[in-house]
Amino acid sequence: MVDSRIESNRLDATFAALADPTRRAILARLANGEATVNDLVKPFNISQPAISKHLKVLERAGLISKDIDRQRRPRRIEAAPMAEANAWLEKYREFWEVNYKRLDSLLDVMKTAEKKKKSEVKRKNE
Amino acid sequence: MSNSDLKVEARGERALVISRTFNAPVEMVFDAHTKPELVRQWLLGPEGWTMPVCEIDLRPGGRYRYVWKKEKTGDEMGMGGEFKEVTRPEKYVATEKFDESWYPGEGLSTTTFEERAGKTYFQNVMQYESRAAREAVLASPMEEGLVVGYDRLESLLNKQAQAAGQGE
Repeated sequence: MVDSRIESNRLDATFAALADPTRRAILARLANGEATVNDLVKPFNISQPAISKHLKVLERAGLISKDIDRQRRPRRIEAAPMAEANAWLEKYREFWEVNYKRLDSLLDVMKTAEKKKKSEVKRKNE
Repeated sequence: MSNSDLKVEARGERALVISRTFNAPVEMVFDAHTKPELVRQWLLGPEGWTMPVCEIDLRPGGRYRYVWKKEKTGDEMGMGGEFKEVTRPEKYVATEKFDESWYPGEGLSTTTFEERAGKTYFQNVMQYESRAAREAVLASPMEEGLVVGYDRLESLLNKQAQAAGQGE
């Protein structure tokens, strides 16, 4: 019963985490392989505490995990929550595309009708 | 499923953004979004739904009202709101609220149309009242599209009420 609540909270955390460009860049970097905090400090040109803060947000959202057994605790990307958020948006997209395909057809009909009207007016004027 | 350029994305903490290009002049696309006799031909959701009510008073302060019906089961779903800004053919802003809304507050929907080389670029930004509201939208069941039948909605609301009860 609580499942949907937990799921929706996680989804919210996922989107909040993804709303920040630096965090998206960190994820993009981790998609290429695990990295430690120090690995991330250099390319992003921001302080270690700032990187750690971003990593915490990403961890809370379940987007990344750290290897606690190893000394350097490298972070790696977690695929599941990202897939969950994408799946919802993909379904939402499909829903709208069904509507918009119908709108495409309607616009075609409207364009044809307008052309016909214009050519009739032209004929009348001639 | 299609080769259209339809894009759907979550923006910031409270918004959802939809954009697409339509191969028609901007006035035509604007009218198809704002004239009831045109809107009810395409804004239907999944197969099997009709739109028995589609009223649009297109002016600032004017209201609109949509009701969809699933013919097979008789399920109905209604929503409506008030226009805040109307500038044909490039923009309209309106509030949005479902009759039995499953998310808190009203949404504020900003729709813009821009003609680019004979085609029309459309964008809709739905701004929800809070982060929690968008969270609820993102967690809504999508199997039936946005148009969830009342039976579904009821079971969803029951689930949320039970979850809230257990959390206390």
